[in-house]
Amino acid sequence: MANDLSSDAFVEFERVQKSYDGENLVVKDLNLTMPKGEFLTMLGPSGSGKTTCLMMLAGFETATHGEIKLDGISINNIPPHKRGIGMVFQNYALFPHMTIAENLSFPLEVRKIGKSDREAKVKRALDMVQMGEFGGRRPAQLSGGQQQRVALARALVFEPELVLMDEPLGALDKQLREHMQFEITNLAHDLGITTVYVTHDQTEALTMSDRVAVFNDGRIQQLAPPDALYEEPENSFVAQFIGENNTLLGTIKEISGETCLVQLDDGEVIDARPVNVSKVGERTLISIRPERVEIDTDRLGPNAHTIPAEVLEFIYMGDIFRTRLRVAGRDDFIIKTRNSQDQRKLKPGEQIRIGWMPRDCRALDA
Amino acid sequence: MSTASSGPTAADESAPVLAADGTPLKKSLRRALRAQKLRALGLIAPLLIFVLVAFIAPIGDMLFRSVENRIVSNTIPLTARVMDEWDGQSDEPPAPTFEALYYDLFLSAEARRHTRLGTRLNYEQTGLSSLFRSSGRGVDDIGETHVETIEDLDDRWEDGGFWHALMTGEGPRADDLLLDQRARLAALSSSSYNGDIGFEPGEQIADLLPTTAREYTAFALFTAIEEGDIVVEEEPWEAVYVALAQDLRSADLSGYQGPQADALRAAQEAVTALPPIDFRAGFAELDEGWISPDVWETINMYSPDYTTGYFLNAVDMQKTPDGAEFRPDNERLYGILFKRTMFMSLAITLSCVMLGYPVAWLLANLPMRSANLLMILVLLPFWTSLLVRTSAWKIMLQQQGVINDTLVWLGIVNDASRLVMINNQLGTIIAMTHILLPFMILPMYSVMSTIPQTYVRAAKSLGATNWTAFWRVYFPQSVPGIGAGSILVFILAIGYYITPEIVGGTTGTFISNRIAYHISSSLNWGLAAALGTILFAVVLILYWAYDRIVGIDNVKLG
Repeated sequence: MANDLSSDAFVEFERVQKSYDGENLVVKDLNLTMPKGEFLTMLGPSGSGKTTCLMMLAGFETATHGEIKLDGISINNIPPHKRGIGMVFQNYALFPHMTIAENLSFPLEVRKIGKSDREAKVKRALDMVQMGEFGGRRPAQLSGGQQQRVALARALVFEPELVLMDEPLGALDKQLREHMQFEITNLAHDLGITTVYVTHDQTEALTMSDRVAVFNDGRIQQLAPPDALYEEPENSFVAQFIGENNTLLGTIKEISGETCLVQLDDGEVIDARPVNVSKVGERTLISIRPERVEIDTDRLGPNAHTIPAEVLEFIYMGDIFRTRLRVAGRDDFIIKTRNSQDQRKLKPGEQIRIGWMPRDCRALDA
Repeated sequence: MSTASSGPTAADESAPVLAADGTPLKKSLRRALRAQKLRALGLIAPLLIFVLVAFIAPIGDMLFRSVENRIVSNTIPLTARVMDEWDGQSDEPPAPTFEALYYDLFLSAEARRHTRLGTRLNYEQTGLSSLFRSSGRGVDDIGETHVETIEDLDDRWEDGGFWHALMTGEGPRADDLLLDQRARLAALSSSSYNGDIGFEPGEQIADLLPTTAREYTAFALFTAIEEGDIVVEEEPWEAVYVALAQDLRSADLSGYQGPQADALRAAQEAVTALPPIDFRAGFAELDEGWISPDVWETINMYSPDYTTGYFLNAVDMQKTPDGAEFRPDNERLYGILFKRTMFMSLAITLSCVMLGYPVAWLLANLPMRSANLLMILVLLPFWTSLLVRTSAWKIMLQQQGVINDTLVWLGIVNDASRLVMINNQLGTIIAMTHILLPFMILPMYSVMSTIPQTYVRAAKSLGATNWTAFWRVYFPQSVPGIGAGSILVFILAIGYYITPEIVGGTTGTFISNRIAYHISSSLNWGLAAALGTILFAVVLILYWAYDRIVGIDNVKLG
């Protein structure tokens, strides 16, 4: 995918490194290419380097090594105010001593845009986020969601081609957050702006983005569209970080192209798809998504692998049932079943057989 | 708790809400809070009482002195009473004034209080102090011939017991007279004149010889209480003889059958043969000042119990018969001092803002460890005595001081033209800026540390240059800190005393130095109080103006 896009790359990180203290690298050898109009999310636990990357792109931090390019031009030595990048901050950073309209007018004023033009643009931007009536208010008079909209409008009012968002929805309650996720993606796509979005909320990342870059330990662990990220994690960090995941530890017995045999620690041997394992005898972590495990093994095809399990806990969650099982010596194996008419309600202590397709069973690094 | 139900209807509002036991809710709430309020009051009571007793009451009393002026009516009460009838149009008060002044001055000279009045009136007109002092010494020369005539007439007139018997008389006592004289002496000497004196004036003699009875009673009180002597054994003052001579001129002795009636009749005969005592001429002989219209104008103007004189004085004005008017240019002092105090306090506040702002900004933006170190440096001056710091500036700034020596050594300044940086306004401004700087930095710092860095970042990301981001976004948010620091520094500066006193010389002193001078050297407390009151009022007005212009909610100390 990266190769297709390099021709019309809009944002590029080339071998970028960042260290604050000269001893530890916060960002290690970052390479990233974004085409115009893409919505890319940087996702990762705190301290993984995602915010540092965003700040380097915005110009508030300088890269220790490597080059950052915007539209083909290196911006390493361009100060933040000349980069023309819109930014939405975590706590909105609306200027408290200015009204909403003045806040929006500010980027236009510093660009020396005439008064009538300014007013028209401010009005259009406020209307765009349905905040047209609030121009005369102060930020403190608005609710969190309204402030969020204004911050968004302010980042867009000077029509930047690139907008950065640093955990913009972190301070909102769940319902409002989901609503805003939807609005932000729509707006970004409608306006055709390129967006870099930083969050530690994986649901947010999966629902909003064209592509997600999963950060850990200063590196991008995987850069892929949401579905690929969820269904085909490339290493055990991504597998465990994104969504819920069952893991089984084992050793590679045999590798042949698309399949491999893995002996689990309790002696059971299963089929799996090798992802980032290379040789026989290597320790591996098998990853299976809970919803890909069947308790009604008859419904699986002939290639399915089945294994005995003991029900430990049954949790009723409304739309789904969540069942904790003991499988291959581990008692944290989770399966999810839909609350459909004929669904079985398992009881703790019950001995059952569960199964899955070998393609859903990925052998990752241990 | 009325989340589910809709708000109270109009009917509900008119009837009082009742608590569970049927008492009105407001009443039971008040009762519930009373114990809490009492406990809170109890906690602040020690400080409240201390402040009231040790601070507010004395300051109130001190400020009251700026209008209080009872010294004239206390020292020369008879004169003040007669002068009330004077319209002030003629050059001199009516003739009885001089007689009243004679008795007043005689008694106050005996009590040695007349010089105090002289000092007080000297604030208003120079020369009055010596006038009172010399007149107090010579007042007993007035009416000398009459005194001698009475004494020569009969030896008994020089006997204390003879006088005591005459003034005691027979029949009812003149209690009112005694009380009046007790009050007169108490006011004069500011001490209590209660207690038995071994003498009570008789009503009959007091009616017959009112002035004599009055003066003798005053003499008796003073002799018994102030000097601790026995009244019967003491010969009265000359003033009593003079009073007798005056009384005998008009007294009708025909029906008098009391003690010493024969001696009185003989004295009346001798006295009426003499010309009447001319008190005015007597005073004129003592000192020409007593017939000068200016002196009487001054005394007349300051005879009421309350005066605006101190305040007028404090703003370089004076009372004249035509109303208040400005003093001549060469006598003006306080206007210049007030203006200078304001100007220099402003200059100090401004330089504190200039020097303190970058430091406060650094404090708020440096990493914790460096900020702590810097904070210690900011607070360091507080660990040193104010006097030491000011004296250090003296050493630094004087002409043979460290700075001048260095400049000369570097060749920047010629040895002959060393800079004058002390004992003038510059010295005061430099030293006080240094001393007051922490009071500026701390409030600014506490405000700045609440301004998140993201605002400046946001401004830059929106296209603002460093300067625009600072000026349009950071600075407006730090204004409350500047306001708080400026108010603090300005108010501290406007009343500062020690530093201007040490490094200010003559041109760099403040109004507070003048107040201190009047409190401790010239002892003109009334003027000091008036100056202090004006200073206090100026600070209040500035505070009010600040509130109107900037808004006091815009002042934050953190």
